[in-house]
Amino acid sequence: MHSRFVAEAAQSPLLPKPAELIVGAIAFALLFLVLRKFVTPMFEKAFAARTEAIQGGIEKAERAQLEAAKALESYTAQLADARGEAAKIREEARVQGAAIIEDLRAQAQEEAARISAAAHSSIEAEREKAISSLRAEVGTLAVDLASKIVGEALEDQVRQSRIVDRFLEDLEKSK
Amino acid sequence: MFASDVAGPGFVPPSTNDFNLPPVFGDSAYTTKPILLVLLSVVLISIFFIAAARKAAIVPGKLQFVGESIYAFVRKDLAEEIIGHGFLQFVPFLFTLFTFVLVNNIFGIIPFLQFPAMSHVAFPYVLAGFSYFIFHAIGIKKQGLGKYLKGIAFLPGVPKFAYILLTPIEIATYFLIRPVTLSLRLFANMFAGHLLLLVFIGGGDYMLHDSHLFMKILSPFSFGFGIAMTFFEFMVQCLQAYIITLLSALFIAGALVDEH
Repeated sequence: MHSRFVAEAAQSPLLPKPAELIVGAIAFALLFLVLRKFVTPMFEKAFAARTEAIQGGIEKAERAQLEAAKALESYTAQLADARGEAAKIREEARVQGAAIIEDLRAQAQEEAARISAAAHSSIEAEREKAISSLRAEVGTLAVDLASKIVGEALEDQVRQSRIVDRFLEDLEKSK
Repeated sequence: MFASDVAGPGFVPPSTNDFNLPPVFGDSAYTTKPILLVLLSVVLISIFFIAAARKAAIVPGKLQFVGESIYAFVRKDLAEEIIGHGFLQFVPFLFTLFTFVLVNNIFGIIPFLQFPAMSHVAFPYVLAGFSYFIFHAIGIKKQGLGKYLKGIAFLPGVPKFAYILLTPIEIATYFLIRPVTLSLRLFANMFAGHLLLLVFIGGGDYMLHDSHLFMKILSPFSFGFGIAMTFFEFMVQCLQAYIITLLSALFIAGALVDEH
């Protein structure tokens, strides 16, 4: 055994040993086949799945962003609509309010006019009544007084009233 | 082996004989340490990567992450960067090459194993042989035998008289220099690295057993340097695994393009 190794020791380190060439080739080929069959496809699968997962995530995020943008747009539009609606309602209310005020004012004026007209007419009537009653009263009193003074009965209705009228006219003129 | 040398009259420096290890068991050329280490590396690499890749989860666990990182390094930084389009079909080969060389190199500094199989030139020869076969096969398949050989021998875009000089150089490069440099670079690095560790650690051992006190005191420095060189070796081992894979990828890329 020892002699064999002494013989081998003389071999140059650059000369390959046949056994090592054979084992090396088989070992490398075997490792290659094992790695190619069981390892590299699995790693590639994991890489592909990962890439897909990341890409899917990005796409999902993009979709969500798009949806959010759309929702925002619709909300903004709705808000603008609501604002327009509110402005319209406010404008209508203002117009209506003004109309109501105008209406009420007209009514009040009418009422006032009516009341003042009624007052006028009632005053006028009172006055007429007062004048006519006064006229009768004054006439009677004056005639009574005159007949007492003159001693002359002014029985004649026509004359009596003419005299009274003339008197009153004079009275009014002198006023 | 060293203990017997120490007993001798003086320090016997490590030599190429230290690389010829007896069979671990039996009396067969197939049970030597480097051969068993190579087989062990195949088993370890297979188990590790099968376990790491088994789940192929989208969110990797620790094991899968480590396995994937190594695979992704070969796939992206070596195959994709260098070969480019259509690189995927060469990834299994480059991945096998990288892990095989890396693990066998690192065996050189793993306690108890402590032997880089690639310091036996037969293994680098085999690897360079595979690489050589693959890149020529790709070139012939892609461009046809005649066009491929013509592309190598007569570099396009060069004045005619330059062929006198260039044709022999190009032919030698493609058919002789490339496989030889590919294998010898790996072999020589591992061989020299292991020899260096033997010198410092063997030297330290010798000094420790020397009768002079002075030598005993100095021996830790030799051991210390041996440890420092171990770290350095680790770097070289990784680098060499990277380089042989890188060069193989470059050769494949060269064979794939029409003009090189």
